[in-house]
Amino acid sequence: MEGLWALISDDLPALQIAVPLLAATLCVLIRRPTAAWAVAMVVAWSSFANAGVLLHRVLTTGTISYVEGGWPVPWGIELRIDLLNALVLLVVTGICAIVLLAAPRSIDAEIPRDKQYLFYAVYLLCMTGLAGMTVTGDAFNIFVFLEISSLSSYALVSQGRTPRALTAAIQYLVMGTIGGTFILLGIGMLYMVTGTLNIVDLANQLALVGPNRTVMVAAACIAMGVGIKLAVFPLHIWLPNAYTYAPAIVTAFIAATSTKVAYYVLVRFAFSIFRINQTFDGAHSSAIAMMLGIAAMFAGSLVAIYQDDVKRMLAYSSVAQIGYMILGLSFANEYGLTGGLVHLFNHAIMKCGLFLVLACVLLRMGSTRLSAFAGLGRRMPLTFAAFVLGGLSLVGVPLTVGFVSKWYLVLGALEAGLWPVAVLILLSSILALVYIWRVVEVGYFKAPPEGADAITEAPFSMLLPTWILIGSTLVFGVWTSLSVGVASAAARMLIGGGS
Amino acid sequence: MIELLPPGAILILGGLLVPLLPGRLKPWAGVALPVLGFIHLLALDKGFVRTLVVFGYELTPVRIDGLSLVFGYVFFIAAILGGIYGLHVRDNVQLAAALTYVGSAIGGVFAGDLITLFIYWELTAVTSVFLVWAGRTKRAARAGMRYLVIQVGSGVILLAGVILHFVDGGSLEFGKLIGADGRLGSAGIGVLLIFIAFGIKCAFPLLHNWLQDAYPESTVTGTVYLSIFTTKLAVYALARGFPGTGILIVIGAVMTAFPIFFAVIENDLRRVLTYSLNNQLGFMVVGIGIGTQLAINGTAAYAFANIIFEGLLFMAMGAVLLRTGTCLGSELGGLYKTMPRTAALCIVGAASISAFPFLSGFVTKPLILDETASGHHVVIYLMLLFASAGVFHHSGIKIPYFAFFAHDSGKRVKEAPGHMLFAMAVMAVMCIGIGVYPEILYRVLPYPMEYHAYTTTHVITQYQLLLFSALAFVFLQKTGLYPPELRSVNLDFDWTYRKALPALVRGSVSLGRVAVGAILVPTRSLVDRVLRLVYQLHGPEGVFARTWTTGSIAFWAVVVLCGYLLYFLAR
Repeated sequence: MEGLWALISDDLPALQIAVPLLAATLCVLIRRPTAAWAVAMVVAWSSFANAGVLLHRVLTTGTISYVEGGWPVPWGIELRIDLLNALVLLVVTGICAIVLLAAPRSIDAEIPRDKQYLFYAVYLLCMTGLAGMTVTGDAFNIFVFLEISSLSSYALVSQGRTPRALTAAIQYLVMGTIGGTFILLGIGMLYMVTGTLNIVDLANQLALVGPNRTVMVAAACIAMGVGIKLAVFPLHIWLPNAYTYAPAIVTAFIAATSTKVAYYVLVRFAFSIFRINQTFDGAHSSAIAMMLGIAAMFAGSLVAIYQDDVKRMLAYSSVAQIGYMILGLSFANEYGLTGGLVHLFNHAIMKCGLFLVLACVLLRMGSTRLSAFAGLGRRMPLTFAAFVLGGLSLVGVPLTVGFVSKWYLVLGALEAGLWPVAVLILLSSILALVYIWRVVEVGYFKAPPEGADAITEAPFSMLLPTWILIGSTLVFGVWTSLSVGVASAAARMLIGGGS
Repeated sequence: MIELLPPGAILILGGLLVPLLPGRLKPWAGVALPVLGFIHLLALDKGFVRTLVVFGYELTPVRIDGLSLVFGYVFFIAAILGGIYGLHVRDNVQLAAALTYVGSAIGGVFAGDLITLFIYWELTAVTSVFLVWAGRTKRAARAGMRYLVIQVGSGVILLAGVILHFVDGGSLEFGKLIGADGRLGSAGIGVLLIFIAFGIKCAFPLLHNWLQDAYPESTVTGTVYLSIFTTKLAVYALARGFPGTGILIVIGAVMTAFPIFFAVIENDLRRVLTYSLNNQLGFMVVGIGIGTQLAINGTAAYAFANIIFEGLLFMAMGAVLLRTGTCLGSELGGLYKTMPRTAALCIVGAASISAFPFLSGFVTKPLILDETASGHHVVIYLMLLFASAGVFHHSGIKIPYFAFFAHDSGKRVKEAPGHMLFAMAVMAVMCIGIGVYPEILYRVLPYPMEYHAYTTTHVITQYQLLLFSALAFVFLQKTGLYPPELRSVNLDFDWTYRKALPALVRGSVSLGRVAVGAILVPTRSLVDRVLRLVYQLHGPEGVFARTWTTGSIAFWAVVVLCGYLLYFLAR
């Protein structure tokens, strides 16, 4: 054991990509759903543990730089893990691992058994892409892994039960490709200007070149391209359909990881490469992002209020929550960025928990429409209690994670001297209360329809991951040295202009 | 182990578990948990402070000092008696809400920092609204919703204030927030917002309507609980954060005076008591505004005494409501024949609130009045004297008179149940006990003091006030200037006043209607129009909710790109 550890100990960053990639092909070879699930479980949980070790290592010894194949930087490809992506990696792998616990029972109802091994293979591929985007220190590789994760997520979305899943996946594909193209275009221009693709090197070269016209066009292309992937309002239109029609497990997985990694990429480009808070003239360069963020907060929440399908409602709520993250970034100060990053962490946990609740409801009721929630407080008490707690987090009630995020966002707004924006943040929280309350009201105060079938509580294998996540929303609402501790240190590092 | 729990936690956690108890044990939890909590509090030493680092800030969930202890003690005593009073209740919602509500209020009193205070502040709002809703009428549902909006709004304002105060470089510690000059004008915007948040919960004039709106809609026991905790928590918060704030003297004086007019013309006796609650809070607010050690002592002592006698009055009216099904003055009368004990206990409460010698009101109110006089606030002092006379009228005479005497309504109902009588009797004994041995109460006050309530001046002034008011009442009764037919409308010193006031009120009501017509209706239609627009844009068929074609998304992508390009290149 000691010997094995000594062998892989230095290669942990590379294993984060290589292991899921190889395991994906292994799944295809196995072809048995249970065995494929077991492989995926082992890989996902060991990746999660790996991410924990990496974060610990970053916290104790500083940034990790791993040179692939021994080619020296900046010519070779570097994997570079600092506080920022160590945290994101922990979130992504953690969500992957926890969601898998619920997967077998949930997809049994949605995906034919003989195709389930493919589901696990694609799931692992998607995880490879997401982890790759997170750990790589190379701008071009970000694009490569982005495509891996995107292509596999289109495939995952298309597994939904209704034919509309296909159209949703196609639309997601077209939009995602447009986004990917513009990202590539932007990276190409940066390469043209600087002759390098290594992120650290790029940043150093750009600092010498200064913000000339090509660099600005590159920044615009990347902002727009990542904006599509991140589903920034008004580029979010692929998201509600993709989330609504994808299998329940896929929604829980993608909602908590894909947009989060896209947010990471945006932060990485904005602060590590373009250093918008220094090179461009400070907060003004993010005025567009701020407007889009505020518009998303309100448009997303308002649409959510009127939705009849709870899954779709939460999808629009995601659009609004992404608005908060963008807003945090746009303040370009320490508190704001801390708020954005903490919200990345917190929103991943709460939204994943909520979508798992919907997976339980879908399994038992066969629908996630509001009418299916009538009397659910009594029929599936544990599941529905999880929804209520997750909903409270979404609203931002104290002692839940949502409050912590909003606290830092409001501090960020005030630090930037934008108190009207702080008011808007608090106002939009009330909208979240409205759409959550609609469901709670139906669940607790409306009787189930006459003659409804007796239903049982969701299976333990699905309740467990749901409650792990919902419990975490309470734990991290009080104990924040992991989420806020790392996020604020990362924000300090980024605002200070380092990488 | 036991000191790890904040005071109040036993009630909150226990309250949540109440629905799991078997039916007959449930109401006993309402007594047992406060008793346990009280023992827990007594086990903690004065000066005990516990800090906790929560998301990077050092918070103080528990701070036990003189000021918080007085309120803590009386809150627990009131909770225990409230529990005994409510032993007939089997309703999960009421029991759980009452216990968590009391626990949150107690937690708020012992909060040592503003974040903890905010959390308990919101908890009291959210838990207490279930007591209003427990009335289970349409009116209660609507009043509860309005109440919730205002209470949660107060919390949001508090949070906004705390954040602004913190960003301005203020400390999160919940100490004195107002500057040494006691002027709000020189305080920061954050402190101002905190002040407003406290003011809403304390029912400052014009911010007070939620009180009369919601409290009388609750159940027999619910109103008793509600009347005690929310407003007194606000008084405590003001006494902690804003002692010596000059404006509070004026606000308090207005609070003592204006509800009298409304109380006099109100027919629902529980609503009369809510007005009287306003008036009583006014005295405390004046004490805080003066801000000397003696005045703060007076405020704390008066809050202590008030919780007992006002609680007693609410309990008596609750018993009447339970037995007769109504609390309307015009429907009641003559109940002393069959509810003699309730009547007697109610009179003790009424005499206490009127500050008769040898009762708790007499030994606590002069603390505030003396400080007002010695601080040369002559006008304020006279207003308070006038308000004291007013209290005697609407709480001291009107409540017992209309419920138990007056015109015989012919109702022959049973005496109040034993547990209610017991709770009321304990309260009455406390009123008398404090009145006779005030040193017991004086000893727990925040600041040490030497004070003698039974001086010749005090006793004579008070008797003059009371006897002449009573004389006026009797005179008007005997000369027939109080025709029994009008008794539901009014009861006051002066018959011109009695005629003028309804006219004035009627006038202001119609003026109000005009104002409503002029302002509210256009606002409402504007709100409607905005909501319709929101629905058109965001509703299920709205432009934001529809599935766009891929082409149009691509179009927006181009728009965003062009926006960025123009923005970057234009500079």
